[in-house]
Amino acid sequence: MGELEALDLLLGLALVALAWRLLAAPDLFEGIVLFVTFGLLLSFAWVRLGAPDVALAEAAIGAGLTGALLLDARGAMPGASVEGPARLRWPVAVLAAATGGVLVAAVLTLPAAPAGLEGAVAARLEESGVAHPVTAVLLNFRGYDTLLELGVLWLAWLAVAAAGPRPDPRPELRPDLRAEAPTGPVLAALVSQLVPLLILVGAYLLWAGAHAPGGAFQAGAILAGGGVLLRLSGVPLPEAARAAPVVGLGFALFLGVGLAQAAAGRRFLELLPAQAHDLLVLVEVAATVSIAAVLAALFAGRRSVS
Amino acid sequence: MLELASSLFVAAGLVFFVAGTAGLLRFPDALTRLHALTKADNLGLGLLFVGLALRAASWSVAVRLLVVWLLVLFASTTACHLVARAALEARRPPRG
Repeated sequence: MGELEALDLLLGLALVALAWRLLAAPDLFEGIVLFVTFGLLLSFAWVRLGAPDVALAEAAIGAGLTGALLLDARGAMPGASVEGPARLRWPVAVLAAATGGVLVAAVLTLPAAPAGLEGAVAARLEESGVAHPVTAVLLNFRGYDTLLELGVLWLAWLAVAAAGPRPDPRPELRPDLRAEAPTGPVLAALVSQLVPLLILVGAYLLWAGAHAPGGAFQAGAILAGGGVLLRLSGVPLPEAARAAPVVGLGFALFLGVGLAQAAAGRRFLELLPAQAHDLLVLVEVAATVSIAAVLAALFAGRRSVS
Repeated sequence: MLELASSLFVAAGLVFFVAGTAGLLRFPDALTRLHALTKADNLGLGLLFVGLALRAASWSVAVRLLVVWLLVLFASTTACHLVARAALEARRPPRG
């Protein structure tokens, strides 16, 4: 067994062990920390599987933003915890074991030579308007999926905005003690240096998406991460509802591009190879702005105390 | 020669990571654990950076490794400060 195989084996075992620990954690905070650790190791596993696009998304959204969201939610309900250690529920265990068995059987019966669509994508990559196959699939060949994902994000924002500004969890405290994050000057100094860097990284990922791993989702998540850092360091984010002008932008623009093709006598979302590049760049930029706005809106500030 | 120096630096970095992990598991409270952990983050990762940079195929790779180390340095220092602050807050009796 080579070093890399040993590393993969360790990684796989660590993931399973971590998954068990985080599900069995008696304390919510401990569970969340283990969840973030799980996400980081999982993104490493994606790198080992040769899927850097998924690894980037997992690290930024799965581990980073989701972890922050979970911690945020836990902080908003003080005293919440799981009742006792996890118990074994037999029906659930049987169902999970059956599902796991089917998955293992499916993996074991996979053909040795993968019969994926890699060849088909490579053959038509020229016509997609971008040079990176993942972006070509996400935005052109399977544009439907991404369009609907943007729609789902927009709906998620709608739900958050409809719920209104968050109530203050501890209204009994004096306003000066209720300050959102008494984190001090060191974090504020770091954030003031880091946020411009995050904007640069987000812009780079957006630009890189056309020819290398990256793209709108990763870029949007990085930008939203900057928003979360700002809030943690005491800069309040505007209320979720105020993001209205930009959250629907990506979905609306993508839909408009798709409908314009239909109006011109082609199929919905069928882009002409000559125009594909410009249209996809336009859609990617709009989608990045929308994704960043929606993800940041999930952390939006509570009603300002008077 | 370069290869040997690189291996020595990486090995020295790993010593800090092992020591930091041992300290994290064995030390009694948050502040002493932070003390152990930050040595791994700062010096351990720095030694790894030097070791890997000696093996880097080009200057551009070495500079990128340096940027990774610097970012971790700033981020982990801040995180350490925040954890220490929270630990001190928790120790102090609750305010008014």
